[in-house]
Amino acid sequence: MALITCENVSLSYESVPVLSGLSFCVNPGDYLCIVGENGSGKSTLVKALLSLKHIAGGSIRFGDGLRKNEIGYLPQQTGAQQDFPASVQEVVQSGCINQIGLRPFYPAAQRLRVQQNLKRLGLWDLRKRSFRQLSGGQQQRVLLARALCATSKLLLLDEPAAGLDPKITQEMYAFVRGLNQEGITIIMVSHDIQSVLADASHILHLQHRPLFFGKTEEYVKSDAAKRFLGGAFHA
Amino acid sequence: MLNVLIQMFSYPFLLRAMIVGVLVSLCASLLGVSLVLKRYSMIGDGLSHVGFGALAVATAVHAAPLAVAIPVVVAAAFLLLRLSESSKVKGDAAIALISTGALAIGVMAISFSTGANMDVYNYMFGSILAMSQGDVRLSIALSAVVLVLYMLFYPKIFAVTFDETFSLATGVRVGWYNVLIALLTALTIVLGMRLMGSLLISSLVIFPALTSMRVFQSFRCVVISSACLSIVCFLIGLLLSYAWSTPAGASVVCANIAAYLLFWAFSLVRQRLRRKPMENA
Ligand SMILES: Nc1ncnc2c1ncn2[C@@H]1O[C@H](COP(=O)(O)OP(=O)(O)O)[C@@H](O)[C@H]1O
Ligand SMILES: [Mg+2]
Repeated sequence: MALITCENVSLSYESVPVLSGLSFCVNPGDYLCIVGENGSGKSTLVKALLSLKHIAGGSIRFGDGLRKNEIGYLPQQTGAQQDFPASVQEVVQSGCINQIGLRPFYPAAQRLRVQQNLKRLGLWDLRKRSFRQLSGGQQQRVLLARALCATSKLLLLDEPAAGLDPKITQEMYAFVRGLNQEGITIIMVSHDIQSVLADASHILHLQHRPLFFGKTEEYVKSDAAKRFLGGAFHA
Repeated sequence: MLNVLIQMFSYPFLLRAMIVGVLVSLCASLLGVSLVLKRYSMIGDGLSHVGFGALAVATAVHAAPLAVAIPVVVAAAFLLLRLSESSKVKGDAAIALISTGALAIGVMAISFSTGANMDVYNYMFGSILAMSQGDVRLSIALSAVVLVLYMLFYPKIFAVTFDETFSLATGVRVGWYNVLIALLTALTIVLGMRLMGSLLISSLVIFPALTSMRVFQSFRCVVISSACLSIVCFLIGLLLSYAWSTPAGASVVCANIAAYLLFWAFSLVRQRLRRKPMENA
């Protein structure tokens, strides 16, 4: 059973359509990469998948026991302010917010989860440091650790490498690849398609409507890919 | 020194003012951390002006001040929250409109009813004589509610303050917590307003949080420091006001200014000290 099924979804901002006629599905273990030019509606789709935005038409269904609040999310731009006083540990911990119900503290299971994710992303030694004093790449890792605390099934990443230098970017992609190999389903928005073609199992190419949805092998042969990738990619 | 203190609290009205003031300072500083970080400081300011208008009108029509002010300010809190959440530029201007409008209505109401400038002065800058036995009971009840709710929802308050979008995406009812924060702020402001003055009460919300953020790097430390700082500054302010016969509200705000400067200087010195060893290495 598919994790997420979108049928004929359309999205708009105050009746100005942004995306329409969108149908695709994501199965457990998939690595879906959403590509498209700036302003083509990628972030809007991500928000709709997270129920942060109402859909104007069609339907988005969750299957395979996936609950709405079980999605780990790495936003394109954090709502968090740059000068917010918070320790790395506090930020990562807040990823478990959906698991503690009405308890006023984080129980042992969640504290362990936080600890594991801090270590996994190499943040253990930084856990007492202030989030606002970290570099861009470190902050992005903290937010990824937070997203991992929120889910063990599905991770939604909106341009995780934006603003990072090439080396850190490659580390980020390698890390996401590792997560996918562990069985976590990945949906990632990226305009740096060259780097992720090798990792992604599926591609969704948007230009206010879907230009392509399918397996990566088929994508590189398609017309949409030829135009988008230009001469840079020779399949 | 001790003599002064003993002498001070032999006056029951001073004792009442101290109890109400300490509790209101505590609540205001806890809520203030979230308000400042969410860039909602304007709400606190707007609410105090609406509170002034409500108090003045209540006095003019000989109604019980709190019975009028509490519902009006709570309603204003919902409205101001909606306005500041709307991304439109007009939201900001509308808040300014509401607070100055309420101020004007309050002044009109006072001048029509008594024409006494003393009332206006007391409402704007606070009066230490204003606290009754009922206010003491009400502020104990309110601060108990604020403290319990704050501790109960602490993880959510952090999450909602730090990143609303992420919290929404993981199923936290962000709107609900925003309303809760605005509601508790409204009650705190109404209660503290007559003591601190409606022009000065919002400083109790803003100063301790800003001061603590100068020095502390984690949310928990900022919250704890704000709470302690707010109480200490209030007590020092009250003492100064007694010693120099200055208005209590203004004295407390001055104590807060001094604390801010102190923390600021401390953070500068600390930065220097941290940079030095790195340059040598
Ligand atoms: N909050 C908003 N209100 C109105 N229009 C918006 C809003 N956010 C995005 N848009 C518009 O929707 C379109 C898609 O935006 P977005 O999904 O952010 O694109 P991207 O693919 O670059 O992530 C753009 O044309 C943008 O101008
Ligand atoms: Mg985007």
